[in-house]
Amino acid sequence: MPGVLSGLLILPLIGAALILFVRGEDEAALSNIRYITLFTTLVNLLLSLIAWWQFDPANSAFQLVEQASWISSAITFKLGVDGYSLPFVLLTTFLMPFCILASWTSIDRRVREYMIAFLVLETLMIGVFEALDLVLFYLFFEGGLIPMFLIIGVWGGKRRIYASFKFFLYTLLGSVLLLIAVMAMWKTAGTTDIVELLHYRFAPSLQTWLWLAFFASFAVKMPMWPVHTWLPDAHVEAPTAGSVILAGILLKMGGYGFIRFSLPMFPDASQYFAPLVYALSIIAIIYTSLVAMMQEDMKKLIAYSSVAHMGFVTMGLFSMTAQGIEGAMFQMVSHGLVSGALFLCVGVVYDQTHTREIAAYGGLVHKMPLYAAAFMVFTLANVGLPGTSGFIGEFLTLLGTFRVNNWVAFFAAFGLILSACYALWLYRKIIFGQLTKASLANMADLSPRQVWIMAPLVALVIYYGVRPGVILDAFSAPTEALLKTTGLALGTVKAAALAVQ
Amino acid sequence: MTAVAVPTLATILPELVLAIGALLLLMVGAFQGARSVNLVHGASFAILIIAALAAAFQPAVTVTSFNGAFIADDFSRFMKVVTLLGAAAALALAIDDMGGARTKRFEFAILVLLSALGMLLMISANDLIALYLGLELSSLALYVLAAVDRENAKASEAGLKYFVLGALSSGMLLYGASLIYGFTGQVGFVGIAQAFKAATGPGLIFGLVFLMAGLAFKISAVPFHMWTPDVYEGAPTPVTTYFAAASKVAAMALTTRVLIQGFGGDASQWRQIVVFISIASMALGSFAAIGQRNLKRLMAYSSIGHAGYALVGLSANTVDGVNGVLVYMAIYMAMTVGTFACILGMRTKDGPVETIDDLAGLSKSQPGFAFVLMVLMFSLAGVPPLAGFWAKWYVFSAAVDAGLVPLAVIGFLTSVVGAFYYLRVIKVMYFDDGPRRFEPLSGVLKALLAISAAIIILAGLIPTPILTAAAAAAKSLF
Repeated sequence: MPGVLSGLLILPLIGAALILFVRGEDEAALSNIRYITLFTTLVNLLLSLIAWWQFDPANSAFQLVEQASWISSAITFKLGVDGYSLPFVLLTTFLMPFCILASWTSIDRRVREYMIAFLVLETLMIGVFEALDLVLFYLFFEGGLIPMFLIIGVWGGKRRIYASFKFFLYTLLGSVLLLIAVMAMWKTAGTTDIVELLHYRFAPSLQTWLWLAFFASFAVKMPMWPVHTWLPDAHVEAPTAGSVILAGILLKMGGYGFIRFSLPMFPDASQYFAPLVYALSIIAIIYTSLVAMMQEDMKKLIAYSSVAHMGFVTMGLFSMTAQGIEGAMFQMVSHGLVSGALFLCVGVVYDQTHTREIAAYGGLVHKMPLYAAAFMVFTLANVGLPGTSGFIGEFLTLLGTFRVNNWVAFFAAFGLILSACYALWLYRKIIFGQLTKASLANMADLSPRQVWIMAPLVALVIYYGVRPGVILDAFSAPTEALLKTTGLALGTVKAAALAVQ
Repeated sequence: MTAVAVPTLATILPELVLAIGALLLLMVGAFQGARSVNLVHGASFAILIIAALAAAFQPAVTVTSFNGAFIADDFSRFMKVVTLLGAAAALALAIDDMGGARTKRFEFAILVLLSALGMLLMISANDLIALYLGLELSSLALYVLAAVDRENAKASEAGLKYFVLGALSSGMLLYGASLIYGFTGQVGFVGIAQAFKAATGPGLIFGLVFLMAGLAFKISAVPFHMWTPDVYEGAPTPVTTYFAAASKVAAMALTTRVLIQGFGGDASQWRQIVVFISIASMALGSFAAIGQRNLKRLMAYSSIGHAGYALVGLSANTVDGVNGVLVYMAIYMAMTVGTFACILGMRTKDGPVETIDDLAGLSKSQPGFAFVLMVLMFSLAGVPPLAGFWAKWYVFSAAVDAGLVPLAVIGFLTSVVGAFYYLRVIKVMYFDDGPRRFEPLSGVLKALLAISAAIIILAGLIPTPILTAAAAAAKSLF
């Protein structure tokens, strides 16, 4: 009996099939296609809210589990969510309607293919977070490359071909190493069921290799320094909605992979490699923040700031403290909303001027007060101002890391200052000052459609900043369980080491 | 020795169908002449399908006959069905290509039938003599097929090149076979296996190496691949399809049977050779294809690479590994047929074109065509959720299980390089703009494209039917 989780996977595909049946290329047909897509994503959002309603946050086990036979007795079609994955499913279904609305007029060619690509992408993204089988996870994880490759390549900017190839090949290179690890785990444990693998103890020597293979894939996806270089290119060239999805969801797959696989399945290796992750995280936070300051392209600046913010996530996750992990998870959800919203903001002015150069703007507040206000909220959330959702995640990750390693937290805290530098600088350059440029004389403020896009995001960013418990509660049960099992695992290794001595 | 009994004939039913059919149609063609071309082609297609059905519905038991020279088991049934379907698809392309007049001779279909018969013999060969007979029967017909377009210099070159190099490889194979016979005193694989287990000497290893060199030529593995790009490019597209989709499958089946059943007792004697051939093929197939502009040449290098991937499974020398080879070849056949059908569909008013750049803007002018080719390219690159992913999954997981992790790592890295040139085809179709150039697709091509795309997408989502059949087939070799 298919349940709500498989419904979330199937629904976008049904929408895509319906679009195929819309005949003609005239304006009426295109409008139908847009409405079908919007309606599909809204129904999917509703369905995910039903899943949320059925979900019990106090329970750390996987819920709403569905299982069907698929490849063999070891590899099955198994879906389920826990406190770590459900927020990402919700984030995906929540961001999708905004993406469709943001593409409403800016995408004017090949609308049919565009909408189909987005709906297929939605299925694949939700699948990544719902899959409870390693092979199934991989299928969704890598399958998502296909629509994203096309979205960047067909509807992207000038250097779209370079960007799409770089995105695809970089990610594929990381993924194939992950695939070998999946094979090794399948052959060692005899199953690819994630629930069973979570209780399987891999030998510490094998863990090291498996961890490295998983790391190769997730570090690229995250992206961590120094394998982040695909991200600025992909972000800059992708259409607005593509950037939103890239920053909002696809980057979160890396962090989700760490929390779902690396930490609980390879606890010994995770502890062993934690200093490496710390070092890479600090470099990411400080270095990419400095790089962000030097950008002349709005989207590139936000892309580099994403890399810096993801540095906080990896640092928090590998601190292996409750605050660090919960903060990292929160940071991912918050960053999904904030960076998505920032890209939407860039899209608003880009659609009118067709340039992303920071120098081409200035004084927009005189023409676009509403826009300036919304942009202000997202900028401050990006900086991590208390009262916005951005603060909670960064603060908790720093707190958690501080308990384990003072120096790491000390250096990471510089990221907060630097993020203020580049984000406020960007805001000042674009919004404030005198409106002198002739090209900006006819800028229009947010249209009603765009207000509809911005308002819920503004509300959520502030709401989660004031009431973070709504999301944090979901993370607490699985984090507690995770720390208990990894703590036990590490304890047994230590005991064994002592016994040997 | 008694006369061949009736049950023995039932074992060779697919071969009988092909042999009798080919001879009858030869008579028809000889008496009716050029008028009978359509009839002969249509009938040949039907005969191939009937033979495939006959192979598919043979009883699931292992039977040897002709004094142990011929074996029919689950393995041979699986490979025969794949080979015959590949041959039928190639013939369908030839029927479609008749307008080009290149294959418009009734002999064409007869040669296809005869070489298919040779391939079935290769798959079912259980001793060195049957192996050689099958190989030569199929090869001789293929030499002629490669050069069937007599007026075309490139096709003649392809035929001649294939013949010269093929004769050389046959010589090596025969030399190896004679060494093996000399040192074991056996021609049957079962007897060889026993002798090989008991004692291996340099003479026997020499024989094995020569035998493998001959077989590597047939599956176009490095370093015996030189003929492939020229022959693939020069031969008419339906013939190229036949090389890639049928001949290669049968040769891979033969290689698998020889190595597993004849020499499986001590894989350490030949594993390093297979690993080397495999790595070299994967690497050359990926890197050499990057510079190609011609789609048929690209597919030739791609087929070299895919031979390497299939050999990864073979080097494991396990049931899982053979299972991987079977899954790989079945899925590879579907992908190849689809891709060559696409290439054949690239017809302009001024005749067929073959370069990648000719595909520019295809996604706008013929969205369905472009979509199928995109699916095929992603599948060839091994991206999930398409069938090509499962092909790679099964060969590489068998290698990982057998402790050949470095091989798997190298294989996957080359597959990333390979992804680059498959992506370039997609890029040209979807990202570049171009004028509408191609004539509308014919019904045959449309059907073939739809079937192969459906197989690749469905087998990607639900691969179980292929897996179950392949698993049973792989077990029968051990």
